[in-house]
Amino acid sequence: MTPSTAPSAASGTPANWAPLLEQAAREVFELMLGCKLTVSTNSTQGGSEITSMVGLAGQLCGLLTIRCSRKAAALMASKMLGMEMGEADGEVFDAYGEVGNMVAGNFKNKIPGLGDGCMLSVPTVVTGSDYSLHSNAAVPAIELRLLFESLPLVIALQISE
Amino acid sequence: MNSISALIVDDSSVMRKIVERSLRQAGMDLKQVLEAANGAEALGILNDNLVDIILCDINMPVMDGLEFIKRLPGVANAKGVPVVMITTEGSEAHVVQAISAGARGYIRKPFTADQVKEQIIPILAGKP
Repeated sequence: MTPSTAPSAASGTPANWAPLLEQAAREVFELMLGCKLTVSTNSTQGGSEITSMVGLAGQLCGLLTIRCSRKAAALMASKMLGMEMGEADGEVFDAYGEVGNMVAGNFKNKIPGLGDGCMLSVPTVVTGSDYSLHSNAAVPAIELRLLFESLPLVIALQISE
Repeated sequence: MNSISALIVDDSSVMRKIVERSLRQAGMDLKQVLEAANGAEALGILNDNLVDIILCDINMPVMDGLEFIKRLPGVANAKGVPVVMITTEGSEAHVVQAISAGARGYIRKPFTADQVKEQIIPILAGKP
């Protein structure tokens, strides 16, 4: 069941994965939150106060991150649970981590041959924006700038050697 | 359909609530919903409780869903209870592992209430 070749050979280069990542994110938001993501035309959008991180290991190693404002994260939790959630509610972090987990899982399942050979970490949620990520990325990160209910959302996939 | 008792196993409390809501949206009459954050907790719950169906994640700390399902044959209260995996791990290998270990169904996250309904109602209907 385990593929004998790395996924990049069969599934295009990571540069071609941006549409798959966007599709994976759109499906998660439509099915689990009941809302559509739109593409942001603002390349300098802010609001990255909370980050959901999921690591990938195996045939594909890297890190998927989702960044947005705390307001957006609370709104995601509200939509997932069908009830009003405050920005400080502990379940916001749980829900936001699950969003990252589902986007990462849905993405890897879209790449033929990758699902069996790529494992996901449990999600981690970081609050605050005063940090930098340093990785041994093999290629530039795939970065999607989207809008969730008109609120900025950045989804990035850093692929390591 | 008669009212049922369900055990939902997921390390995310939010996801446990979403699964419960999906069961209700699918028209299930839930008389009892038990929750566990990992396989070990779920085994402990099954020592003292009878349920009609178990819905279980795969990636969990302490004891993952595949290890949990492998241990179910040793639990008297779990005999004949169908297990449906609900997980982001949607690869063919994971599905085969889960079904080989005894899972009766497999739902990939993200999912809809309709998908839950399509998987679970036939399983409950066919339960001896």
